[in-house]
Amino acid sequence: MKSLEELKAIRESMQAQMGLRKEDSNQTRIVVGMATCGIASGARPVLMALSDAVQEKGLKNVMVTQTGCIGLCKYEPIVEVIEPGKEKVTYVKMTPEKALEVLEKHIIGGQIVKKYTISEMMK
Amino acid sequence: MYRSHVLVCGGTGCTSSGSPMIIERFKEEIYKAGLKDEVAVVQTGCHGLCALGPIVIVYPEATFYSMVKPEDVPEIVNEHLLKGRIVQRLVYDETKTEEGIASINETDFYKKQHRIALRNCGVINPENIDEYIATGGYEALGKVLTEYTPDQVIQTIIDSGLRGRGGGGFPTGIKWKLARANEADQKYVCCNADEGDPGAFMDRSILEGDPHAVLEAMAIAGYAIGANQGYIYVRAEYPIAVNRLGIAINQAREYGLLGKDIFGTGFDFDIELRLGAGAFVCGEETALMTSIEGNRGEPRPRPPFPAQKGLFGKPTLLNNVETYANIPQIILNGPEWFASMGTEKSKGTKVFALGGKINNTGLVEIPMGTTLRTIVEEIGGGIPNGKKFKAAQTGGPSGGCIPAEHIDIPIDYDNLINIGSMMGSGGLIVMDEDNCMVDIAKFFLQFTVDESCGKCTPCRIGTKRLYEILDKITQGQGTMEDLDRLEQLCYYIKQNSLCGLGQSAPNPVLSTLRYFRDEYVAHVKDKKCPAGVCKALLSYVIDPEKCKGCTLCARNCPTNAISGKVKEPHTIDTNKCIKCGTCMEKCRFGAISKR
Repeated sequence: MKSLEELKAIRESMQAQMGLRKEDSNQTRIVVGMATCGIASGARPVLMALSDAVQEKGLKNVMVTQTGCIGLCKYEPIVEVIEPGKEKVTYVKMTPEKALEVLEKHIIGGQIVKKYTISEMMK
Repeated sequence: MYRSHVLVCGGTGCTSSGSPMIIERFKEEIYKAGLKDEVAVVQTGCHGLCALGPIVIVYPEATFYSMVKPEDVPEIVNEHLLKGRIVQRLVYDETKTEEGIASINETDFYKKQHRIALRNCGVINPENIDEYIATGGYEALGKVLTEYTPDQVIQTIIDSGLRGRGGGGFPTGIKWKLARANEADQKYVCCNADEGDPGAFMDRSILEGDPHAVLEAMAIAGYAIGANQGYIYVRAEYPIAVNRLGIAINQAREYGLLGKDIFGTGFDFDIELRLGAGAFVCGEETALMTSIEGNRGEPRPRPPFPAQKGLFGKPTLLNNVETYANIPQIILNGPEWFASMGTEKSKGTKVFALGGKINNTGLVEIPMGTTLRTIVEEIGGGIPNGKKFKAAQTGGPSGGCIPAEHIDIPIDYDNLINIGSMMGSGGLIVMDEDNCMVDIAKFFLQFTVDESCGKCTPCRIGTKRLYEILDKITQGQGTMEDLDRLEQLCYYIKQNSLCGLGQSAPNPVLSTLRYFRDEYVAHVKDKKCPAGVCKALLSYVIDPEKCKGCTLCARNCPTNAISGKVKEPHTIDTNKCIKCGTCMEKCRFGAISKR
């Protein structure tokens, strides 16, 4: 390495991964249901797509984590978005593509993707 | 990319309680569960809470698992990593709250800590330079090489108020300035990693958990004083630290962060390791340099000081590991930031190794000026079994004790000196009412007798005589004149020894005499050891009222010193008794006591 730019490049590419180890109570949490029902209906690729995208985009203060069964098995894969100080939003019947759309529009853009939310589905 | 990181502590404490097996098991189970592309297993340095090791932290949830055994691993993988269900029974109790699981930073042990020197320990993989760079590593070196003159670097360190963390507390910036001022064709930067105080292990943990911080700081120091070669003198008894330092040096060389023309600025700097064989005296600066030169590790008189004539007769800068670990942060955050922490004359933080009679054995980093009470009662979690705090020994064999009456004193360099102790490298051994202070003084003197290099007479013979007088007192054969002689000899050794080892060796005796003279007197006049430690002054007796004649004690006595008929009170023959205490442990009726 011969320049500060190269050092900076390494730092930035690593920081995305190291962001996983940040602890911040003001984080937005994206929670993927990963009980047997969730995994069986394809939650794993959803989780990975979200986790990769958050790291690739270097989103700060966003944590992608998992939870167990929340009792709505027929709507799995379920993704919950919990922003500090806001009402929890529950997205259902997710696919990796839909999840990325949610990430783009909701987490980054701040607009809830109504069509995928549980309240729309149950109508 | 991984969605989860499993951090397993690979410090010496957790390694000896089995963390390498846990790492292996995690890798196996994660592979079996088909998660190998989703979950990364990372070996880190020490988290500080050694009493609860082996420690495993799972991110992104930051779940803190303590005392993990290899057989617990499948459950963590199948429940937590696969299904997202935290394994409650393994979660550190202090993080459990009514609302769920709190952050580890909210617990008593961590919330009053402020981690600067230890900031990366337990957070990054010390064997991966990229992770160090991700946390801002080598940015400080880049900054000084491109933006600062050497004098500006030195002024920054002076302004920060940083003082040597190895024990003496000499202002670091001034030391750098002195080393810079001496013109020479060759200068050296050395790192003292010969941590010898019994009970101190912060330098080891920094080297194991964040070795690049030390390398970066040494390069900064090299630029500041005009040196192009560094040596780290580390004891061979720290195999993990030696190994990780070696890896770190190689990685830094590969990246061009050590070697020729760093960052294209024309500055050259390289570092080599030198292993010590573990002699305590080699932590003394002149002995350390003599040892690096390949000679027998013995001190020499000062002046000349190392800044004038040090390693190989050239001007040399020598700092301790923890001192170096603060440097990159001071450069990046500014001297004002560092000086805003601590007390008037002691800035920043200090790492202490908590040991002895304390619940949370481990490493803690706290702002200077924190009281001993906060360290012992809050961070340390108090003393086990509800015993009373008696004293804390700081500074190891060179330091002294802080008695209970001074528990509220803010800890900094000057306050400790004023009460007859010293900061030392930061070992902090807590003692309760069951510790005999004469015995403690004797323990440390035994250590200095063993470790005295023998070059000068006051230390070689003086410490031996001190030990003999102490031994005589603990045997119940001391006289009041012995106490006076002890004190006199202490002052003589302090004034006449060649190096710091001898000059400070009598400190444990002097400080226990100062605060616990009554215990010495009890040993001499009443032939009693109030704490019940000195065997020669004890006798075990059976209370005939309480004894049921169950014969359990007699059957367990290794010397058949107990006699008596079944269902009748027993007696102990003090001539045969070796005072092992077995009978007292075995008795179910509390009939046996020490007097």
